[in-house]
Amino acid sequence: MGVAEEVKGELEAKFPKELKSSQVLRPRAIRVRIDRKDLLPLAKHLKAAGFEHCSCISAVDWVTRYESVYHITSWRRNVLVEIVAEIPHDDPVIDSVYAVWHGADYHEREAWDLMGIRYEGHPNLERILLPRDFQYHPLRKDFPQEVDRQYISRRKLGGG
Amino acid sequence: MAEVGAAAEHGDSMWINMGPQHPMTHGLWNLKVRVDGEIVVEALPEIGYLHRGVEKISEVREFHKVIALTDRLCYVSSITWSHAYCLAVEELMGVTDQIPPRARYLRVISNELQRVASHLMWLAAYGPDLGILTGLLWALRDRELFLDLIQAMTGMRMNQNYPRPGGVRNDIPATFERDCTKVVKHFMGKLDEYEDLLGSNKTFHMRTKGVGVISPEEGTEWGVTGPNLRASGVACDLRKLDPYDAYDELSFEQALDKDGDSFARYAVRMEEMRTSCDLVLQALKKLPKGPYRMKAPRRAEGEAYRRTEDSRGEALFYVCGDGSDRPYRVKIRSPIFCTMSAVPTIMRGERVADVISIMGSLDVCVGEMDK
Repeated sequence: MGVAEEVKGELEAKFPKELKSSQVLRPRAIRVRIDRKDLLPLAKHLKAAGFEHCSCISAVDWVTRYESVYHITSWRRNVLVEIVAEIPHDDPVIDSVYAVWHGADYHEREAWDLMGIRYEGHPNLERILLPRDFQYHPLRKDFPQEVDRQYISRRKLGGG
Repeated sequence: MAEVGAAAEHGDSMWINMGPQHPMTHGLWNLKVRVDGEIVVEALPEIGYLHRGVEKISEVREFHKVIALTDRLCYVSSITWSHAYCLAVEELMGVTDQIPPRARYLRVISNELQRVASHLMWLAAYGPDLGILTGLLWALRDRELFLDLIQAMTGMRMNQNYPRPGGVRNDIPATFERDCTKVVKHFMGKLDEYEDLLGSNKTFHMRTKGVGVISPEEGTEWGVTGPNLRASGVACDLRKLDPYDAYDELSFEQALDKDGDSFARYAVRMEEMRTSCDLVLQALKKLPKGPYRMKAPRRAEGEAYRRTEDSRGEALFYVCGDGSDRPYRVKIRSPIFCTMSAVPTIMRGERVADVISIMGSLDVCVGEMDK
């Protein structure tokens, strides 16, 4: 049994109700899907289990819902856990994991800046890449792009 | 740290803007430092000057047209960035296992040549930071050899647009193996000269030893990766830990150091250049025959991520598809973006003159940091 199955088993035993689904992606990576309210307990458990490195936090706008995706690595056990936390579209708020991994600092600020998801409990949730007085969250799907001036994509944008 | 607290209480400190236009920054960003005399009390990086919205623009381009954008994430390390993107797209399309062997080896070769070129660019920038102009001239001279090799391989000096989902754009020319072996062997000899110029240079030691120490715990906590973290003794080379392409078929050791200071970061990068040269020679020897690219699907659905060891650390692409021929969402994890969040911690208590030595040793690339 590989290390990914091992971690998957551990998480399933510890969070039987909270995990909506869990799957092994590759020999050294698993993906679990949870609701936003279960994020912090899972994060704390992972940190205690040796997952010390927060690789990445991505926010995705699926129009019906938001997702905050966490890639958490353990250097020592050499395995990665991808946590997909679902967020309702009308209330884009989720707990911050800054207290668990300080490396989440800039990722969460970026997700707030570009996608407009509020990370509750972040010590300094300000815009990071865009100017402070910018009004929008441009990575949301309802933020239009200036496609008319794009030479290549214009024709294909109509038909897909 | 007693004096640091006193200054904060008495308010005798002052803010200095190091940037956006300062020789230290190597790009456009701003480091605000609050100093009490010589001592840095607080440092606040301010970034975003070069934000081009690559993630948003990607959403209206076909999968393979995004490569032109990922090339420009970091113009000193284009191939490694496009390569990471292509790996993620292949994973999304479900063709990871079908990549032809020759393509996987060509990717290793192009990646490692690019890594050497990128580290040489870092060295060229770091020399003048510390007043060693010879470093600039030597490193740029040797970098040009590697850019020539990359040009022979891909047709371009920079922004090569070389990796593709499913392989690489074109095969290498007939004379490439001969030229590459010659250049790499020549450069491996030159690396000893760098050791004489910098590694045994007393001034260089004084400016870098014991300066800007990152402890392994601190570095991991703040998400520092790549050579910067390996200089603190954490084995985090993804070519070893999460092998992609042909790295698991080649033998190499990851460069490690234990001091975590600027000098250790220099030493790790120098060692990495040696490793890269060795990897290129190995890959050339083992280079299999056959096709260099497979036909990848145009459309993809689902979510996938892949991460690679970029010249500066862990590069991660998280790509979503909705079944059309364009990515629904592309998220780029830039190593320097995360390293920058650790800068306030690293700088606290250092001397203001050492800020330049520390920032130089971290190898900042603004293009990938601001996306």
